[in-house]
Amino acid sequence: MKYVILIRHNLKALELWASMPAQLRAEGLAAYEALTEDLAASGELIVTEALAHPSTAKVVSVRDGEVIASDGPYAEVKEHLAGFYLIECDSIDRAVQYAARIPEANFVEIEVRPVLDNISVDM
Amino acid sequence: VTADFSGLLRELTPRVLGVLVRRFGGFDECEDAVQEALLAAAQQWPAEGVPANPTGWLVTVASRRWTEVWRSEVARRRRETIAALLEPPAVPPAPAEDDTLKLLLLCCHPALTPVSQVALTLRAVGGLTTAEIARALLVPEATVGQRISRAKQRLKGAQFTLPPPAELADRMVAVRHVLYLIFNEGYTASSGPALQRIKLSAEAIRLTRQLHALRPDDGEVAGLLALMLLTDARRHARTDGDGALIPLAEQDRGRWDRATIAEGIALVTRALATAKPGPFQLQAAIAAVHDEAATAAQTDWPQILVLYNLLHRVAPGPMVTLGRIVALSMVDGPRAGLRELDTVAGDPVLAGHHRLHAVRAHLLDLTGDAAGARLEYELAARRTLSIPERAYLESQAHRPSS
Repeated sequence: MKYVILIRHNLKALELWASMPAQLRAEGLAAYEALTEDLAASGELIVTEALAHPSTAKVVSVRDGEVIASDGPYAEVKEHLAGFYLIECDSIDRAVQYAARIPEANFVEIEVRPVLDNISVDM
Repeated sequence: VTADFSGLLRELTPRVLGVLVRRFGGFDECEDAVQEALLAAAQQWPAEGVPANPTGWLVTVASRRWTEVWRSEVARRRRETIAALLEPPAVPPAPAEDDTLKLLLLCCHPALTPVSQVALTLRAVGGLTTAEIARALLVPEATVGQRISRAKQRLKGAQFTLPPPAELADRMVAVRHVLYLIFNEGYTASSGPALQRIKLSAEAIRLTRQLHALRPDDGEVAGLLALMLLTDARRHARTDGDGALIPLAEQDRGRWDRATIAEGIALVTRALATAKPGPFQLQAAIAAVHDEAATAAQTDWPQILVLYNLLHRVAPGPMVTLGRIVALSMVDGPRAGLRELDTVAGDPVLAGHHRLHAVRAHLLDLTGDAAGARLEYELAARRTLSIPERAYLESQAHRPSS
């Protein structure tokens, strides 16, 4: 089964991260690196990306055929996506174990979601 | 024409690999060498024609490749003198009959995870390239490459011999399970025209056929092959032109593949008459009863219920429980089924499972409770992980009540 691990941040968490001593932040980054390496080595990693700060985002909508792209109204938004992993493993329990290794799990909530599949089954 | 070559190459893969492993040992390096020989053949044979002895050709090329790698490895370790002594034997030893079985057992080794077992089996026994496996499984090539190399590392030191009889039975369970996983993986409904995908269900059937030829008296291998055939025979009737799922009861049975059904029925009949009935045989027998009915209304539900009762005893599980309840409803009526469903709803695996809601929806529908059915169909649609199934359940939820 494929699962996506969503790392959602909030401004408080970002501030907390920024206020952390350099050594703790370095440890956090090392934990990420180790997690990604382990997932790649086990053949369970499909893709992972860290996302740029939400202030760089565009919000796109189409109204009456007109494309409107504006800077994200992120000042009011409580949460934003900071990064994700797409993995394939044998059970959601294993995906949860990986999610728990994400350093931010200590102060924000990490979401693990199964991916919809094209596999069809006899009814 | 190219398809013929690749079919032949994949047929020969386990035999060639078996010869190499018996000659040189070291599954990892031998498997790499065989992959290179397969690539060379895919390039040369279309132009030059198939050699008189294709197995011998592949063994020679793979052995040469293995020797080259071994020499350079030894040279790297500055032991040239030993390397110089090594010459590939001129005449390849004949392929042994049970090499394919030994390879399957090795690829489905308990030290490996199921996803790795699947990838390694498709490559080492199925003769597929990493790129083909990646396309078939819809994951990046690097991911498959990593699964295979990691699996091969884990197998270092594993013996290329048949396990002792006491252990063999357990190991065969894993082999059958992996073949079943490959078959199910092949059941992806959509494959865009741009996407050239190996038909994994056909590949699983081909490998299971080979295994059945090697172990004709293994009733569960026969049962597995029968189950695959009896399921695959309905393939063309399972989806409409848009790829939407058609439930068994509504399928156009004229589009079922009669020859495949006949083969499946013969297999499972013989297996049940001669072997101890196991879960795959019983599932195949249930599929056979469905496939034998000329119309959905003519389905022999009492027979299916008997089979589910047996299956429930031999291999209980949540999906068996639900299948049994559906059969019970068809025999004793939907209300009997709903009562039974309530008694199992507390099962931790079934609680909240989309199949539980789908079955309840179907049974409520049969009792005439359209509103209750709609609610349950919606719950089921929200909880399934399958796109075609979700589409079907949503269509049931939003269908105008009659």
